[in-house]
Amino acid sequence: MAEAINEAIRHEMRRDPNIILLGQDIGAYGGTFGVYKGLLDEFGPERVRDGPLCEAATAGFGVGLAISGMPTLVEIEFMDFMTLASDAMCNQAAKMRYFFGGQVRVPMIIRTPIVNRLGLGAQHSQSLEAWLMHVPGLRVIIPSNAFDAKGLMIAAIRDGNPTVFIEHVRLYPNKAPVEEADEPIPLGKLRVSREGKDATIATYSGMVKPCLDAAANLAREGIECEVLDLRTLAPLDCEGICASVRKTGRLVVAHESVKTAGAGAEIAQTAMEGAFDYLQAPILRVASKDLPIPTGKLQDVVFPSAVDVEEAVRKVME
Amino acid sequence: MKSLPAAWQAGALSAVKNIIMKTELDLNTLLYWYEQMWTIRYFEDNAIGSFRKGLFTGSTHPCIGQEAIAVGAGAALRETDQVLATYRGHGHAIAKKLDVKRLMAELLCKETGCSGGRGGSMHLCDVSKGFWGTNAVVAAHIPIAGGVALSNKLKKNGRVTAVFFGDGSTCEGAFFETLNMAVLWKVPLVLVCENNGFAISVPTHMAIPIENIAQRAQGFGLPGVTVDGNDPVPVYNAVSEAADRARRGEGPTLVECKTTRWERHSAISAGKYENEEEAMKWKKVDPIPRFTKALLEKGATEFQLKELQERAKKVNDEAMEFALKSEYPKPETVGDFVFA
Ligand SMILES: Cc1ncc(C[n+]2csc(CCOP(=O)(O)OP(=O)(O)O)c2C)c(N)n1
Repeated sequence: MAEAINEAIRHEMRRDPNIILLGQDIGAYGGTFGVYKGLLDEFGPERVRDGPLCEAATAGFGVGLAISGMPTLVEIEFMDFMTLASDAMCNQAAKMRYFFGGQVRVPMIIRTPIVNRLGLGAQHSQSLEAWLMHVPGLRVIIPSNAFDAKGLMIAAIRDGNPTVFIEHVRLYPNKAPVEEADEPIPLGKLRVSREGKDATIATYSGMVKPCLDAAANLAREGIECEVLDLRTLAPLDCEGICASVRKTGRLVVAHESVKTAGAGAEIAQTAMEGAFDYLQAPILRVASKDLPIPTGKLQDVVFPSAVDVEEAVRKVME
Repeated sequence: MKSLPAAWQAGALSAVKNIIMKTELDLNTLLYWYEQMWTIRYFEDNAIGSFRKGLFTGSTHPCIGQEAIAVGAGAALRETDQVLATYRGHGHAIAKKLDVKRLMAELLCKETGCSGGRGGSMHLCDVSKGFWGTNAVVAAHIPIAGGVALSNKLKKNGRVTAVFFGDGSTCEGAFFETLNMAVLWKVPLVLVCENNGFAISVPTHMAIPIENIAQRAQGFGLPGVTVDGNDPVPVYNAVSEAADRARRGEGPTLVECKTTRWERHSAISAGKYENEEEAMKWKKVDPIPRFTKALLEKGATEFQLKELQERAKKVNDEAMEFALKSEYPKPETVGDFVFA
């Protein structure tokens, strides 16, 4: 996925010479997780601007460049540090076009990875996508594989609106065949990763793989799950979710962020509003425990697993 | 970074010369520092070794090559003073006399660890020792230290707070905002910047357009001094002076200690920037051989030094054994400590 995102950015930077990259460690180092490899060599230090460690100002500069017609990608090294960039993103970028009566565009993307289950502890392991979904004016994109990441990154750049592009450290090695054609993937359209008639599992990012594993296991028991990879959380594909629930009558939502006020609550309520008459069982959520994330083996207690997803599906099947 | 001492010899060092001259330190004190430097070095060797053996995951950020700062500054503080540091703060914890056994147990995420095995390498803490912890969000602890220092002032308890951070941290808003507030309210705070030439892959000159970080103090109205961070004596002198000033109610001081980072940012990160020459630079200016030489000149014997080094190793061997033997926290305790 790192490679696919790199290709997407490279492709768009070749197409549009105004695109600027800002962040720390994005130059010779190639990004903390290698997403920027080779970009400095190809585009030079004017466009690939490595520099000081200052997320608030970096994101603020990003807004300034963006409104001046220079689409900007800002790197936040770990999603946990979104807190430092959040004023620029949530109070400025997300609202500026609106409060200036449509006079400006804010083509700014923050790229940031979820870096969990590595044992880095409470300030380096969080999934904060629900915070961002709560801000009108932001796009929240969260792919689960290399192919989608490439198409969605291209789409996000061309869309030209304030976007948080959430990657996942565990998915970076993912090298799903990326087609030659650099086709954008429409924002707000989920992917049906596995078709099934008995229960729907709605998920995204790092939980897609465990959910597919769970679905494969459940199939051996004769339970056919439909796995939805949401891909974008804002806009959310409400129609896609409801269509699947109308078909299966059952829904489990799974994510790695904490349960309370997580994306799962929004997704579940979307199904309630759009497919209530079809539901045959209460909707269940599989998520992390509502706790800060410890280091060491203790972290395994906090995060959800494929087994948790299987159990939830069996429960809605009862 | 430019060739090491030359980079700051010119202006800044002379500014602290008079401080250096002021204090005559007795040999026993210096020998204790020597032992502490080795205690930190062995601790970090064990940290890296344990990480590579897979005894813990995540990462670990050694302060190898920067021990003189932790030790010199630590010696300038009182037991009742408070210290806050970054993920590269194992040395500060040791200098603040935290139990080495519990520190190593924390790295291995054991329940006997100083943070109950929940924090790991980046979140060491022992409030009973005045060590208010190490932090993994760059610069976030600097304003927190300001608040701790302000509490000292409000309580009139005569304590000083010292906060340690890297050069990279001095680019964050939290750093600049703290300078302003700390001067405004004259809080008893000593800000110690460990300028080790890098923030992960970014060399200091690519992030900071001035020669000495201490110059940053000027516009905020506090004294800023640059010292040789690879020698504990000037660090001790500068921090002593800053702590005295803070205790007199005159407010914060910024002390920049020039040093050289260990071969890489952490036990995992690696990259193109880490060419062999750059990576091994720290060895050329390693504070331990340098201090050894100074001690021998001052009359210490080879035998004395060897004994102290061995003692430092033994403490760490025992700590390792303790950490290995300790248990992991029980899964059912995962929810402990969220709320008071
Ligand atoms: C707010 C924030 N941004 C980014 C990071 C990732 N990061 C961890 S350490 C580091 C470099 C810090 O450099 P410096 O302050 O010079 O300290 P050093 O590591 O050299 O001791 C970075 C960028 C972080 N932990 N926190």
